[in-house]
Amino acid sequence: MEHWRKSAGAFWAGFLPPTLWLLAFFFVPLSLIWAFSFGEKSGIIDIDLVWTFENYARALEPLYLGIFAKSLWMATITTFICLVVGFPVAIGIVFAPPKMRMWLLLLVILPFWTNLLIRTYALIAVLRTRGHVNFALEWMWDHANSFLTLIGLGSFSLLGERFEPLEMLYNNTAVVIGLVYVGLPFMVLPLYAALDRLDRSYIEASLDLGAGHTRTFWSVVVPLALPGIASGIVITFIPTLGSFLTPDLLGGPDSQMIANVIERQFKSANHWPFGSALSFLLMYATFFGLAVRALMSRNEERGGR
Amino acid sequence: MADMQDPIIRIENICKTYPGGVQAVDNVSLNVDRGEFFALLGPSGCGKTTLLRMMAGFEIPTSGTLLIDGQNMADVQPNKRPVNMVFQSYAVFPHMSVAQNVGYGLKIEGRPKREIAERVQEALDLVKLGHLGGRMPDELSGGQRQRVALARALIKRPSVLLLDEPLSALDAKLREAMQIELVRLQKTVGITFVIVTHDQDEALSMANRIAVMEQGVVKQIAGPAELYESPNCRFVADFIGKINLFDGQAKANGNGKTLVETPVLGKVEFGGDANGPVSLGVRPEKVRVSREKPGGNLLAAQGPVTDIAYYGGYSKVFVDIGAKEPVLADITNAERSTGPGFENGEKLWVSWRAEDTLVLTS
Amino acid sequence: MALLSRLRARREPIGPLDYYRKLWLRLIMAGTLIFLYGPISTLVAFSFNDSRRNIVWRGFTLKYYEKALENDELIEAFTNSLTIAFFTTIVSVILAALAAYVLWRFRFPFKAAYEGAVALPIVIPEICMGVAMMAFFARIGWPSDLPWPLSLSQITIAHIAFSFPFAAIVIRARLETFNRELGESARDLGASEARVFWDIVVPHMKPGLIAGALLSFTLSLDDFVITFFTAGPNTVTFPVKVYSMVRFSVTPEVNAASTILIGLTLVLTAIALRLQNRNNMNMQA
Repeated sequence: MEHWRKSAGAFWAGFLPPTLWLLAFFFVPLSLIWAFSFGEKSGIIDIDLVWTFENYARALEPLYLGIFAKSLWMATITTFICLVVGFPVAIGIVFAPPKMRMWLLLLVILPFWTNLLIRTYALIAVLRTRGHVNFALEWMWDHANSFLTLIGLGSFSLLGERFEPLEMLYNNTAVVIGLVYVGLPFMVLPLYAALDRLDRSYIEASLDLGAGHTRTFWSVVVPLALPGIASGIVITFIPTLGSFLTPDLLGGPDSQMIANVIERQFKSANHWPFGSALSFLLMYATFFGLAVRALMSRNEERGGR
Repeated sequence: MADMQDPIIRIENICKTYPGGVQAVDNVSLNVDRGEFFALLGPSGCGKTTLLRMMAGFEIPTSGTLLIDGQNMADVQPNKRPVNMVFQSYAVFPHMSVAQNVGYGLKIEGRPKREIAERVQEALDLVKLGHLGGRMPDELSGGQRQRVALARALIKRPSVLLLDEPLSALDAKLREAMQIELVRLQKTVGITFVIVTHDQDEALSMANRIAVMEQGVVKQIAGPAELYESPNCRFVADFIGKINLFDGQAKANGNGKTLVETPVLGKVEFGGDANGPVSLGVRPEKVRVSREKPGGNLLAAQGPVTDIAYYGGYSKVFVDIGAKEPVLADITNAERSTGPGFENGEKLWVSWRAEDTLVLTS
Repeated sequence: MALLSRLRARREPIGPLDYYRKLWLRLIMAGTLIFLYGPISTLVAFSFNDSRRNIVWRGFTLKYYEKALENDELIEAFTNSLTIAFFTTIVSVILAALAAYVLWRFRFPFKAAYEGAVALPIVIPEICMGVAMMAFFARIGWPSDLPWPLSLSQITIAHIAFSFPFAAIVIRARLETFNRELGESARDLGASEARVFWDIVVPHMKPGLIAGALLSFTLSLDDFVITFFTAGPNTVTFPVKVYSMVRFSVTPEVNAASTILIGLTLVLTAIALRLQNRNNMNMQA
């Protein structure tokens, strides 16, 4: 690599366009809402920059603190489910025959490339009261009922008078299902990468020394895959925490996450300073997660592995 | 309980076919005796590692039986087998200290801490790493890591210690030292060692008995000297050491003698009865080189020297007597002069005794 | 014969490390794949279903595709999306190529920090970027009543800002395989700085440029959140249109429109993956 001063002309010609674009259309807008977050609403769209911490103080009100806590909680549950489901899936892919491995990996990544909105919509179509899951359940209910009638138990209405569709949409469970649906590939990829790097003879050595599969998993596989696990947790947790579309479309009135509140402040409630403060709190949480990950990967490098 | 006279490992008609049809091990039967240093030797891909991994339980035979200490291993998981393995990559757990690595097996057995600590120290002393228990694996050299792997496997006092190409990752000097070390260790602990190697010198210098394998089949099982001096086929003769081979036709005369005719050596009579195509073989150090035609009951032929290579203690002289390849003779440089004293292109006689000749029928 | 060998393979004993062949693991994997693909496949399948109720299969039909194609609003939204994606792609690839080249070639002060700054649009939550862009355009008084296609400028600008860092990563990865001596030898033969870039570096970057372009295109086409905040009252893109339809109800037309979009992204992804594969093979050769 050469020093920039050696060909300053070429350097500036390449450096300036992307940098200026990024400055003008990314950092300036961010700085703007950063400034807004210390401002005060003085008209319908007017904001006075008074350098107050009031907006941040308001975020600490029980209502918003609750929503923050709820977002963190939802993101935690989602990440946990993704980890529990993603680990066996990653193991399965790593130990699959080489040809199958490529296909399985592709199958797991492919949802990345389908529109998030459409995937969420597909979930709605499946989960709603008149959706496919309930339809299948009703079919089973009907058949179970006619079977009961057949063996002479029909008159007892063991399964209830009529089929009650499950209310699977517009509640917290639906949001978590949706978030897992979106987050799973994020979890599987780093886990796969970590397990793929893991030398199989470590597992064999542990079995050889008398440990069972479970013991080997906890004392050898998990510690050695730890950087991948941490990476998977962080990159699943961060986008989940900032999710807007999933809680918006799948959630009920009490399953809003932080992004939905931000949207409301900017669109309907029209309180930009408060919305800006919330945005920055969300960003700080994101940076915190990234810092944790960076720290862990640096530790790993220092470990010399 | 199994009789002490019984072999510790008994393999009967074992086959291993991988999905996709590759036959890695083809109907192998062999016994490993108690207290033996047994080597599985062969070129890469001959099935020796697969056979070893079947003993450890990491590969399941497609057919055949495997008994260890008189017990059928068919449904025994690797973690329940009375064997332990030293892996080619050593597989020393990078997240555990040396002592934790060595004590891992005992910890799983649920031994008390005191006992573990004592036995770990004992095992580390045995491999001369007594002072390094607190180190992490990435602070060790390759040779030290291998000793950790050895101690970790030996501490479980297995019936058999399996070693998968244990010296292949070490440099030449260290490898030689480790060969001697492993033999010493085996004598000290009295445990049966089964080692897989592709290096004939390694196998010859360490093992009591060697099984030579090729393409999933065991070609010969014998002690080092027998393997070198009386190989039973061309493959073994060629794989172990150097050999000069001459194609010929054999005809048994019915009274325990066979006449072999080769284009370059003429008709020679040997003991035994073989018919059809055979190869005559002679080891280079048994070949003599002279300017005059040698007398006595010797096989001899004449030709020009094509190459002389000087190796200090001995020289290799190649003489073209009209066979497929020039005959190689190893000449000891017994006197302090400038090599063997022959020149390229000089016409020389090569000769050797009939009893030093091998008749190879397969 | 094939069946026989399959049966033989079935009987092949399961080794201790053949986790892939253990039943419980296969069940989890199958469950996961059904979870990931079940909803989308149902959506695609029922876009061909000849029933408004959208739940019972009544036979194959293309009428919802016709309906979707006759829906002027949908077509307009789709045209807008493609136009935005087109301009986003062109500008993104240029900016990304320059950024990747500079990062690859030069040492300069605070380079690590600069790299982090370029990657920032990738990592910050979409909603934050969305509201920031919305506030920015409102504050500088960007006119919202421009004639088409200038009316799409806000969305396009925002899309470029978040998609070119992605493309830069792809192009940079490609540049890592470039032999610096090629550029030096061209200089040695008398080529100017600009000529070296055009004659030597750009041809080598080409697969990366194409992959980066496809990535920018899909990112732009798929984006909802940032578009949602930067779209003026009169500009509707395809995802935004689908969003308002979805809020309203689940209909076969939405299924059909979604299927078209899925198909489009899948084709683009397949092309990108193929190119990348060929890249890797060239690298090995």
